[in-house]
Amino acid sequence: MKTCLVVDDSGVVRKIARRILERLGFLVEEAVNGQNALESCDRAMPDVILLDWEMPVVSGIEFLRLLRAREGGTVPKVIFCTSLNDMSHIAEALEAGADEYIMKPFDDEILHEKLEAVGLAEKDLL
Amino acid sequence: MINASDYDFFVRFLKQKSGLQLSDDKHYLLESRLMPLLRKFDVPDFSKLAAMLRDGSSTIIAAAVVEAMTTNETLFFRDKAPFEDFTRTMLPALSAARPPGHRLRIWCAAASSGQEPYSLAILLLENPGLVGRREVEILGTDLSNDVLDRARAGRYNQFEVQRGMGVQMLMKYFTKVGDSWEVKEQVRKMVQFRKFNLLEPFSGMGTFDIVFCRNVLIYFDPPTKTDILARIARVLAPDGYLVLGAAETVIGVGEAFKPLPQHRCTYVPCAASMERRPSPFGIKV
Repeated sequence: MKTCLVVDDSGVVRKIARRILERLGFLVEEAVNGQNALESCDRAMPDVILLDWEMPVVSGIEFLRLLRAREGGTVPKVIFCTSLNDMSHIAEALEAGADEYIMKPFDDEILHEKLEAVGLAEKDLL
Repeated sequence: MINASDYDFFVRFLKQKSGLQLSDDKHYLLESRLMPLLRKFDVPDFSKLAAMLRDGSSTIIAAAVVEAMTTNETLFFRDKAPFEDFTRTMLPALSAARPPGHRLRIWCAAASSGQEPYSLAILLLENPGLVGRREVEILGTDLSNDVLDRARAGRYNQFEVQRGMGVQMLMKYFTKVGDSWEVKEQVRKMVQFRKFNLLEPFSGMGTFDIVFCRNVLIYFDPPTKTDILARIARVLAPDGYLVLGAAETVIGVGEAFKPLPQHRCTYVPCAASMERRPSPFGIKV
């Protein structure tokens, strides 16, 4: 079963993402900030990480840089999912190793499209 | 949240009004698409919206609901398969068949707000070797001035640019302007837009090498569909290609076109040779 780590300090966003991802057949783990997410990745690297940017303790972009520097940290696909939607943030995320970028708010179709874009979802599953 | 009986009503309503078929698990999609309408029309909740549709008190709201749920028509790279065919099959075959310097002409006959012709232009920029130094003309036509104005402006909201298109392509071919994403000039200048009604004569259109006519024939009755396809065949090169929507077919609709085997959505004039082979090259789509 494919695994997805949802990293967001908003419980509502985690709940919505979990609902969509489980419908797509993912096993979902949750983390409330970048530190929490690193600990989760140290236990087991997920197939894909849905990553918020603005979070307490360790931000999304800090987490991504730390993740990519870790052993095995280049394996998970990382999809940013944030309300920071200007070109400079997107460029910074891609530079740090993000594979895709969702500008909030998102819906099930957008999440599905992005998972498909990183090779982790098939067409017409929704 | 939409309750079960209202959800069933919305499903039946959309099926009846637009042919759209929603499965049982599209609650989130329905809510996310209709939520802006609650705000726009100052409707307190989904139950009230369903009630207004049931009693037919507002045709404007009914039309807005249908439109909100059928906006899939405006995706970039919608359905993907036709765009793969465009780069892997059509362009290589046409480039090989046409003399050097011969201009290729592409007609998007239901261009709507422009995503389809811009998707084709982006693919040409992504795959410059496909047509070499050959000039390519992309004409987008539509019945509606409003959507053509949007198409010419080339500005899309963030929902529109996120569906169908990867972030790398977004960053390469779009610029953020305020809250919108604007197609860059290098793409915009490759596409011409013009108002045109498919029911009018095609005289003066010239000859095209590829015609995209997707998701518009569904709105016409069978005799009109047959007539439009026959007239498209007359403005299409004998070795040209017609692309229809994923849910459309030419079977049972006149005899002007036949499916190109192994290529979903792509059709060729019936008189054309079947000697069309896909490119052996890996082409980016």
